Amino acid sequence: MDAFSAVLQGLPMTIVLTLSAFAIGIVGAVPLAVGLSSPNVVLRLACRLFVDLVRGVPIIVWLFLLKFGIQVGTFKFNPVGAAIVGLGVVSIAYLAEIYRGGLESVPRGQNEAADALGLTRGTTFLRVLVPQAFRIVSPSIATYLTGLLKDSSIASTIIVAEMVFQSQAFARQHPTMEGILPYVLVGILYIVLSLPVAYLSRSLDARMRKAVYA
Amino acid sequence: MTWLIEWAGYLPQLMSGLGVSLMIAGVSIVAGYPLGLVLSVMVQHRNLAVRTLGLAVVEIGRGAPALVILYLFYYGLPKFGIAFESITAACLALIWNSAAYSSEIMRAGMQSVARGQHEASAALGLSRGHTFFRVIMPQGMRSAIPGLMGVAIQMFQGTSLAYAIAVPELMKSAYNIGSQDFNYLQIFALAGICYAAISMPATWITVYFEKRLARHT
Repeated sequence: MDAFSAVLQGLPMTIVLTLSAFAIGIVGAVPLAVGLSSPNVVLRLACRLFVDLVRGVPIIVWLFLLKFGIQVGTFKFNPVGAAIVGLGVVSIAYLAEIYRGGLESVPRGQNEAADALGLTRGTTFLRVLVPQAFRIVSPSIATYLTGLLKDSSIASTIIVAEMVFQSQAFARQHPTMEGILPYVLVGILYIVLSLPVAYLSRSLDARMRKAVYA
Repeated sequence: MTWLIEWAGYLPQLMSGLGVSLMIAGVSIVAGYPLGLVLSVMVQHRNLAVRTLGLAVVEIGRGAPALVILYLFYYGLPKFGIAFESITAACLALIWNSAAYSSEIMRAGMQSVARGQHEASAALGLSRGHTFFRVIMPQGMRSAIPGLMGVAIQMFQGTSLAYAIAVPELMKSAYNIGSQDFNYLQIFALAGICYAAISMPATWITVYFEKRLARHT
């Protein structure tokens, strides 16, 4: 299976891209989500505009903008850097929207009860709202991770040697019927890779539901 | 200011690319949604073979990246003597994509129709076909509308991937202009604005529909 080993050569890069962007997104989305549900109108609208703008532009445009458009002094992005930053910023926007939905779905009474108990705003947020919101959004976060895994394939267009790039390289060298194999294999591999995440999300969801409604 | 003047010069060329993008998105929606409806029925079918086939088509369409399906049609199939023009390959790949995503949304919509509706139809002696087309589908489709609008926006953005197989759409036009003058920052920023100018208002309209539908249920 030459085609399969060719595709597998790109697997580490696909995983690095996906997990790096996910890590950026998971952390970076927190302040943005707080901004999206802020009582300050200006701050809220600014965050809303940022999220909608990032999500309104296709990922490939962000990647090309970073890879070819950004030059500060002698600094230029290398392909991997541009891909991680681009996918990371897009993740921040999508995950912030998911977090916001989770925070809004926590009943108002929780906020009021925490206030009545004299908890500080920080404690209320971290110890009361976030744990409850996390239960609600954890399946959406897992779904987003599988989406990000697929979106990492777009990095192949700025010459990052991930799975789709390796498939392309193999197909170019094999003009015969064998050349279709890497595309079929890489497609199956993406589906197989997203199975454990989907499974984790389902079991997490089931456990959290039990915890909420027990 | 100089940016604005340059942008004005680029705009006509970009607009023809945007036209191609919108055309591909339109085709993938107009052909993809009816196919999605067929798939959503297949996935719920009593016959195991039909159900499995439907599931396979949906899971591949959703589980494999659109770019991979695009390459499969454009670079893969010609090795078996089935060759498409780049724009046809792009349309076919995105039709598969939109059919798979829309079928899941339609299925969820139809499954959200209350059980009593099925029972009432049976009690009234309606045939299965009649029940589906006149009772379940109209109600299920209503709740699927915001989701389907979301898929439409996703498809419009997905047309940018057709750049990778040299379809002369918005992204490709931008790249061509950029490689002449090397002013990539301006041109990709303008391309981004063109995509956002359509996606952002479309998202706001979708959110509006979501809220309206939520009010009635």
